[in-house]
Amino acid sequence: MSKEIRFTDETMALVQKMIKRYPEGKHKSALIPMLHLAQMEFDGWLDSPVMDYVASILKIQSIEVYEVASFYSMFNLKPVGKCLIEVCRTGPCWLLGAEDLVKHIEKNLKIKDGETTPDGMFTLKTVECLAACGTAPVIQVGETYHENMTCESVDLLLGEYKIKDARKTHYDIKHISIK
Amino acid sequence: MGKQLLLENINVPGIETLSVYRANGGYKALEKALKMQQSEVVDEVKKSGLRGRGGAGFPTGMKWGFIAKPEGVPRHLVCNADESEPGTFKDRYLMQHNPHLLIEGMILSSYALGANTSYIYIRGELLYVYHILEKAIQAAYDAGFLGDNILGSGFNLNLYCHLGAGAYICGEETALIESLEGKRGNPRIKPPFPAVSGVWGRPTVVNNVETIAATVPIINMGGEEYAKIGVGKSTGTKLISACGHINNPGVYEIELGLSCEEFLFDDKYCGGIKNGKKFKAVVAGGSSVPILPADLFLKTAKGEPRLMSYESLSDGGFISGTMLGSGGFIVLDETASIVKNLWNFTRFYHHESCGQCSPCREGTGWMEKILNRILEGKGKQTDIDLLFDIQSKIDGKTICPLGEAAAWPVASAIRHFRKEFEEYVNKPEEIVDVKHYYAVNNLQQSAK
Ligand SMILES: Cc1cc2nc3c(=O)[nH]c(=O)nc-3n(C[C@H](O)[C@H](O)[C@H](O)COP(=O)(O)O)c2cc1C
Ligand code: SF4
Repeated sequence: MSKEIRFTDETMALVQKMIKRYPEGKHKSALIPMLHLAQMEFDGWLDSPVMDYVASILKIQSIEVYEVASFYSMFNLKPVGKCLIEVCRTGPCWLLGAEDLVKHIEKNLKIKDGETTPDGMFTLKTVECLAACGTAPVIQVGETYHENMTCESVDLLLGEYKIKDARKTHYDIKHISIK
Repeated sequence: MGKQLLLENINVPGIETLSVYRANGGYKALEKALKMQQSEVVDEVKKSGLRGRGGAGFPTGMKWGFIAKPEGVPRHLVCNADESEPGTFKDRYLMQHNPHLLIEGMILSSYALGANTSYIYIRGELLYVYHILEKAIQAAYDAGFLGDNILGSGFNLNLYCHLGAGAYICGEETALIESLEGKRGNPRIKPPFPAVSGVWGRPTVVNNVETIAATVPIINMGGEEYAKIGVGKSTGTKLISACGHINNPGVYEIELGLSCEEFLFDDKYCGGIKNGKKFKAVVAGGSSVPILPADLFLKTAKGEPRLMSYESLSDGGFISGTMLGSGGFIVLDETASIVKNLWNFTRFYHHESCGQCSPCREGTGWMEKILNRILEGKGKQTDIDLLFDIQSKIDGKTICPLGEAAAWPVASAIRHFRKEFEEYVNKPEEIVDVKHYYAVNNLQQSAK
């Protein structure tokens, strides 16, 4: 990555507020929320220079960031498409047809689970239980849960995201109201 | 419907706002609690008989009583909103629709425990719920329910949300604490228990969302009144999130002690099995509890009608019973394959194992492989015994209960549905109709 890695002033102000949520000297607690911010700001994934940057803000070792980033499934350590489609693959969703949804998306986008379309638009990722089993099968895109999905509604969804401002499809934890 | 203590106002338009919540009796329990001694609040919770709603069912008042109070060391209350147990979606429902109920519960529980900084640890996927909570917390600050000198009581509290990032294991309380400290979610060896040394080495109580929310009606009505609801040591109401092959999936608040048959078949609740199919089996308390075949769910081995309560569901131990667990209620109809369902859960536990203990890390992987082989029609008769053997060597030999959570479903599936495993092994050409789709090359086996 050649461009300079830096949070915007707005994000930086948020980072400072987040750090204040934890007792003095316990600022490492802000790491996971900060990695969400970093992922959002830097194209939806965590490249190692990004993680080094986060480490430098928290004044911790880079390895402390890597070991955390690699533990949590929401942190992407590889580039992802502008639109990350997360399909729940756990028991209840699976019982009610998630398997067909995955196949359908794979066929439609000509990619396999974990892959990104050549135009960089979509990444398909199967994930574990999203706590929405009553409206299974469920697909998450960005913040939004799409529930009771069928192959038809998946097609509509993909069409919709194709024309949307892709940035909105990533997590946006910025509008938090912290005292 | 029985008494609705938690969901009573869930459909009131605007209940997520402070004004509507207050207009419906909100923050009355807090006002009442702040006029009581802290120990009196704890006593009410003890009297209520409330048991932890996160899965283990540990008496909440007793847990609160254990919190250490060393001089000059801050204590913390942490709400477990990691809700990741497959089949469980009650906490999300509650927080999304009625965030102030949780916040009011957090404030009065923090008061009871003498905690001045509390956290709600919410799973990262639930970002939209996080925003709802943040907004509600801000409103509570603005109204003087949070911050310094709450309602003139002299009690101070800061309440913050903390976002996780996708890890089932962070629902385990010591893993959650590690995660809150900004680390990998590796469970800690106990003792010391969090009540003595939790987050940042300080005395900490971790409670489930529903547990905290239940303290509000308990303070409003008094512990003794609450204890009159339910049956025996299963007092009060419980949220059950029902899903799978049923007509009315959703979140229900039941009085503990409701008959299992009524819950499954009555139109007020699950409304019976979808598409006129037959009821085959149920995982009654989240994916970690033993699966029960239809007959053993409706009646205990002694032939008594089974009830939705801690005691009745576990009647018969693991031979013929199960657990109430988190209240994640997954129903399977006659078309569901027990083996395939088990394979899915086992794959889940393998994926979610933190990797600290060899029996869990390796055992879950072996079980997944063997189940994969069986599903592909390449299993051997000895594989069934091998599976049973592996699970028995995980059970009780790990740092945290995730190992058991992976082992029990395997043991119970083989115990109750051995025939089905044998059919896969003996007549694969008849059973294995669709090629086992989840072949290793198709779905990403996430790197450990
Ligand atoms: C693997 C594992 C996952 C867990 N997940 C959750 C969870 O998502 N939510 C929860 O409240 N408790 C969960 N628990 C239980 C917690 O460890 C803990 O017992 C609970 O939060 C205590 O709160 P309670 O007493 O109010 O139930 C989990 C336990 C294990 C072993
Ligand atoms: S039992 Fe599994 S999840 Fe729990 S600490 Fe051991 S390896 Fe980690």
